[in-house]
Amino acid sequence: MTKLLIRGGRVVDPSQGIDRVDDVLIENGVVAAIDGGGSAEETIDAGGLIVCPGLVDMHVHLREPGREEDETIATGARAAVAGGFTSIACIPNTEPPIDTQANVEFIHQKAARADACNVFVVACVSRNREGKELAEIGQLVEAGAVAFSDDGAPVADAELMRRAFEYCRMFDKPILAHEEVLELSRGGVMNEGLVSLVLGLPGMPAAAEDVMIGRDIALAEVTGGRLHVMHVSTAGGAALMRAAKARGVRVTAEACPHHFTLTDESLRGFDSNFKMSPPLRTAADVDAIIAGLVDGTIDCIATDHAPHAREKKMLELDRAPFGILGLETAVGLAVTRLVVPGRIGWPRLVEAMSTLPARILGINRGTLRPGAIADITLIDPDCSWQVDVNAFQSKSVNSPFHGWTLQGRAVATIVGGRVKYRLGS
Amino acid sequence: MANAVSAPSTVPVGWPHRHLLDLERLTSDEVRLLLDTAALFKEATGGCRQKLSVLAGRTVVNLFFENSTRTRTSFSLAARRLGADVVDFSASTSSLSKGESFIDTARNLEAMGIDAVVVRHSTPGTPHLLAQHLHVGVINAGDGPHEHPTQGLLDIFSIREHVGDLRGVTVGLVGDIAHSRTARSNLWGLTKLGAKVILCGPPTLVSERWREFGVEVSHSLDDIVPRCDVLNLLRIQFERQNTRPFPSVREYAHLYAMTGERLKRARKDLLILAPGPINRGVEVTADVADCPQSLILDQVTNGLAVRMGALWLICGPRSAGDSSEAAAAARHI
Repeated sequence: MTKLLIRGGRVVDPSQGIDRVDDVLIENGVVAAIDGGGSAEETIDAGGLIVCPGLVDMHVHLREPGREEDETIATGARAAVAGGFTSIACIPNTEPPIDTQANVEFIHQKAARADACNVFVVACVSRNREGKELAEIGQLVEAGAVAFSDDGAPVADAELMRRAFEYCRMFDKPILAHEEVLELSRGGVMNEGLVSLVLGLPGMPAAAEDVMIGRDIALAEVTGGRLHVMHVSTAGGAALMRAAKARGVRVTAEACPHHFTLTDESLRGFDSNFKMSPPLRTAADVDAIIAGLVDGTIDCIATDHAPHAREKKMLELDRAPFGILGLETAVGLAVTRLVVPGRIGWPRLVEAMSTLPARILGINRGTLRPGAIADITLIDPDCSWQVDVNAFQSKSVNSPFHGWTLQGRAVATIVGGRVKYRLGS
Repeated sequence: MANAVSAPSTVPVGWPHRHLLDLERLTSDEVRLLLDTAALFKEATGGCRQKLSVLAGRTVVNLFFENSTRTRTSFSLAARRLGADVVDFSASTSSLSKGESFIDTARNLEAMGIDAVVVRHSTPGTPHLLAQHLHVGVINAGDGPHEHPTQGLLDIFSIREHVGDLRGVTVGLVGDIAHSRTARSNLWGLTKLGAKVILCGPPTLVSERWREFGVEVSHSLDDIVPRCDVLNLLRIQFERQNTRPFPSVREYAHLYAMTGERLKRARKDLLILAPGPINRGVEVTADVADCPQSLILDQVTNGLAVRMGALWLICGPRSAGDSSEAAAAARHI
């Protein structure tokens, strides 16, 4: 196999504490060396670029099987590499839900055929995602499932959640939890607050999320299970996480770019592209999410990429589905909102988008250590670009960021030593 | 019979909008202009009884996705009083039941060559979405619990007929504020004109957070009755509630119904409004609904005046020198 040399970039790899201008040599699909030497048949000039371990998005809805009109494994994987992601974890709220070995295998095969990025499978906590009894977690682990989640809905039954924590502990797999008390958010389409009061739209109170985060922290604490809180959107949720970590509970959390960028004021135009769950919160919540990312209370950034076909979003707000695209705007939003204003540096950004999601999922990614699989993302930190949903690789266009100018963009995505995406080609 | 006031020939220049979607985002001058235009038409039609031809050749569609008899009839009559043609379109008889989106439905109607859409829908913001997708004027006739601008205007119009200047007038809005579009439109319109607004009802229906907009929130009708110049008694919207926000209708009526007993402790000239349809015995007892201070029937007549004014501003002819956004858009079509 050929050698590939990535020359002269700023190599940022928190897993080894590296942040320096250097060359990365790839040989036979693995990282051979970061030492400013070597020659190769093929060279990429990375001057002025960030060279980091391939980005990992641990929260992606690929929709296949069942809703291929929204996204497929192939289109989602292409959107991922276009956004700089070399690995994604797909969430099992498909039709049928991913709760059998056969379904896990189906995704692996489709992903292999798509041949874009690595697709890791998150399988259901409960059989058929019904929240009644545990899915066959042990067999799903054998099939390759890396984590468990009923996302889209919470595990409402507290005893089932407790059993899931206990049972998953023997496989050391995390439960990715969608935190929502449905009785409190029922019928809601946006955050409950001043804006919903004025617009007369039914609200989803922050308490609906906070109460469930509190419950699951308590259950993780009592069982020793691994809780990963998905899409934290509230100041209260961030505070609960901070306190739990201080006590030594095994909890991790992710935040989505839209939750550290937008507020519920966006709903004033009644555009369903701003409708997602959990909903856009207040400016104070946005500040708390950013503070959580800065101090590590919130470990990582995940997109909750949730495609919906155009016609499904062209409905009244209460009939339109929840969800927002994320894969192709995540780097731009994270750089623009977090790095450019100096809230975090590049090492923390790479940690939040590669090192830690890989560690939480227990996958052998997120590092440029010699011998590691050569998943590498090259980011132009200065690239200023305009979001155009019509140029997306995703099958859907439900992004409220259309027309926004962002700074920072993935310009090359290398998976297993092979260049799977280059901007402009 | 010639009226003292004749109808205007063009839309006043001070009205820059193509649509009437809510009162929240209008200026106080624009609210006043709507009321003044309504007054003009009330007089020009001899108290909303005679017919004009100022909108002859125009077609107005009533696009109602939610049941309504009174509001639709009022809009239809108002349009006909101005000489416009009216088409009624209700969701139950349309292709919506076949899965067509409301935007497609409206676009189809637009393609038939209409001039304005009067829309009612159970979801907040639906008129705003239509306004984005259509080229014709859109009038919001009620979008869920959000706003019902012509209802707010007709309530304010009715008060104004009695008190003249609204500055310093205290208006109590009582009842299901949470689910009431009438409450929201009244709140914005009244405060823009300088009235003091008190929202009254149980905490499950009246959020404390309304205080952040500078209005008073009270949970005791008995406390506010002696201080109010006007009481607007809003209907309990049982159909919009997930779980009942009070223990029983009996208890609600005990605490919040406007009764003859409470009326005795009110100012002599207290005005009583109710947007209807009223639940007699729940928000208001029969003796109060029919008392001399009740403006309930005035409201119905004034509804015609306000809707004539609104229709005129949205689809009336623009003067040649009018460079407003609406005029520009109208020339564009």
